[in-house]
Amino acid sequence: MDPGLFVEQSLNGVQLGVQLFLMSAGLTLVFGIMNLINLAHGSLYMAGAFFAAAFIKLTGSFMLALALAIPATAILGALMELVVLRRFYGRSHLDQVLVTFGLILVFNDLVRLVWGVVPVAMPTPEFLSGSVTIFEGVRYPAFRLAILAVGLLVALGLYVVVVHTRTGMWIRAGASNRAMASALGVDVQLVFGLVFAAGAALAGLAGMMAGPITAVQVGMGEPILILALVVTVIGGIGSIRGAFIAALMIGVVDTFGRVLLPPALGSMVIFMLMAVILAWRPKGLFPVHA
Amino acid sequence: MNHAFRLAGVAATALGLTLASGSAFAQSAIKIGFISTMSGPEGVLGQDLADGFKLAMKHAGGKFGGRPVEVIYGDDLFKPDVGRQLADKMIESDKVQIVTGINFSNVLLAALKPVLDSGAFYISTNAGPSILAGKQCNPHFFAGAFQNDQNYEGMGQYLKDKGYKKVYLMAPNYPAGKDMLTGVKRYYKGDVSGEVYTAMGQLDYSAEIAQIRAAKPDAVLVFYPGGMGINFVKQYAQAGLKEQIPLFAGAAVVDQTILPAVGEAAVGMYTGALWSEFLDNAANKRFTTDFEAEYKRIPSPYAALAYDTGRLMSAAGDQVGGKIEDKAAFQKALEAAKFDSVRGSFRFNTNHMPIQDYYLTRIEKDSKGRYVAALKEKIMTDLTDAYAGDCKMPAP
Repeated sequence: MDPGLFVEQSLNGVQLGVQLFLMSAGLTLVFGIMNLINLAHGSLYMAGAFFAAAFIKLTGSFMLALALAIPATAILGALMELVVLRRFYGRSHLDQVLVTFGLILVFNDLVRLVWGVVPVAMPTPEFLSGSVTIFEGVRYPAFRLAILAVGLLVALGLYVVVVHTRTGMWIRAGASNRAMASALGVDVQLVFGLVFAAGAALAGLAGMMAGPITAVQVGMGEPILILALVVTVIGGIGSIRGAFIAALMIGVVDTFGRVLLPPALGSMVIFMLMAVILAWRPKGLFPVHA
Repeated sequence: MNHAFRLAGVAATALGLTLASGSAFAQSAIKIGFISTMSGPEGVLGQDLADGFKLAMKHAGGKFGGRPVEVIYGDDLFKPDVGRQLADKMIESDKVQIVTGINFSNVLLAALKPVLDSGAFYISTNAGPSILAGKQCNPHFFAGAFQNDQNYEGMGQYLKDKGYKKVYLMAPNYPAGKDMLTGVKRYYKGDVSGEVYTAMGQLDYSAEIAQIRAAKPDAVLVFYPGGMGINFVKQYAQAGLKEQIPLFAGAAVVDQTILPAVGEAAVGMYTGALWSEFLDNAANKRFTTDFEAEYKRIPSPYAALAYDTGRLMSAAGDQVGGKIEDKAAFQKALEAAKFDSVRGSFRFNTNHMPIQDYYLTRIEKDSKGRYVAALKEKIMTDLTDAYAGDCKMPAP
């Protein structure tokens, strides 16, 4: 592999990683803080993409559509928490898996009712449609650089919020010991709601950024959900930092695995990585509940 | 009293049954079971197949040889076991005489046994796996659409004819993916600079596309059905490769179920097709006009070939005067395939696989701003499949 190709593939890996991070950040917080397994997180990803596609059609502007679709997905997430999931915090993980799996089916059929079975169009915004010369001989699609930038900005933003603000302190407190945080006067219900809506917005954002490069269709959230679960488990449940590092790791390993290994092995390599890491650190790289 | 009442009930029921079966004898419907993938991400395929087939039944006036036809629809959920259960149910309780509709070869192979074992016919609107074209060909199995490999054989011929020296091949890692690329290599004899199999349902192809750029082939040929096609074609265009290395695919990769979602990124792609909405014949004009009027969209090749298979069935049914219970006669009528195909030229080989023409199409924008596969040239005439020699079809 010559240096130019190596740089390009590394960029591909990191770019896939930040996409996974957007998806996993919400998942890991919800799982860590509320002790809730939300399989319908992938439905929020799908909802984000479909909302954005609809708003693009309506307004003609990608940025405007993003600005409308992010709060729309957050509201959908908040409703999902308020109407259904709030009743399941105290229930067993099996009940949670069943109800959120049911939600996947409901959301898929709702999308089919509204948008039909034919995948919908989501064009690349004009100003990001070309490719950029990074250095001699290596051109990279501008939109993928935009995904990279958005992902890194979100990671930075989350770091500031979680580590340097009062809300972040509540979130961390909730993640490491729910009962104690509640006893010390943190409004856990409010924190739960906020975190869920924020996680939904991030999943929606991931879907919106994926829209121009992948198919916007019914069921698009499930394959990415599986990868996000792998990231969450490797990173340590509830840890944003863990999710970030694990997502980048999975992105890079998956990219190089696909290129360098035979096909059957290439698509398996991230799961082998997960097995090795869990054998070495059963609670993931950065366990929150010590 | 009670006893007499019950007796009267039994008598009335018996009488009713006799009456019912009496009338059924005069006008019993021909029953067809239509199994396809109607839900999930691939549900769009089943919908297009069913719509094409429904239009064929409508054009037949809902009757074969004056006898009414009843079609029972089932959703296989893209699962071989579900397809099998549906076939069992349709054969045993619905007593269907013809089964059709299945789009995925693996589902078809699972569902086929109960159909053929019961003596019913399977007339395929889509999948035509190689296994049924050779040694295991069956007198009651007909592929109305194609033998799978045919979809890519013409593409291989075209690449060879045009003198492409280095071709890069890609497909998902499953049996049909390998069949399609085998089809290409059967006719294209030049250098294959890469033959890459990716995971089924893969979303991101950036790594593979970077490898293509580095390999510098002079043509890229892919088989990515469904959502995978959308992902790949969009990403190939975004990487700026579309202008540098021409992209070829089978018609199903960027057909009308996918083009609205891919849009501009597909323009300029070359596709190989067994049918095009621009083929100039009366049957095709009638089909495309009526399909657009009925469903408000351009038909995909799935819909066209399902329509054609429906027309094949109705022509054979008419020929035997609706008496498809005379299986030898119905089989003969199917083999003769006396109908006006939307493909222009169509006949069956000895193994019940089609002999048909192959065309090159190019994705373009039409005058109404819609993305269409414009017909460019005929690549092959009377393309046969590679397996017919292995088939010893028993006489009916």
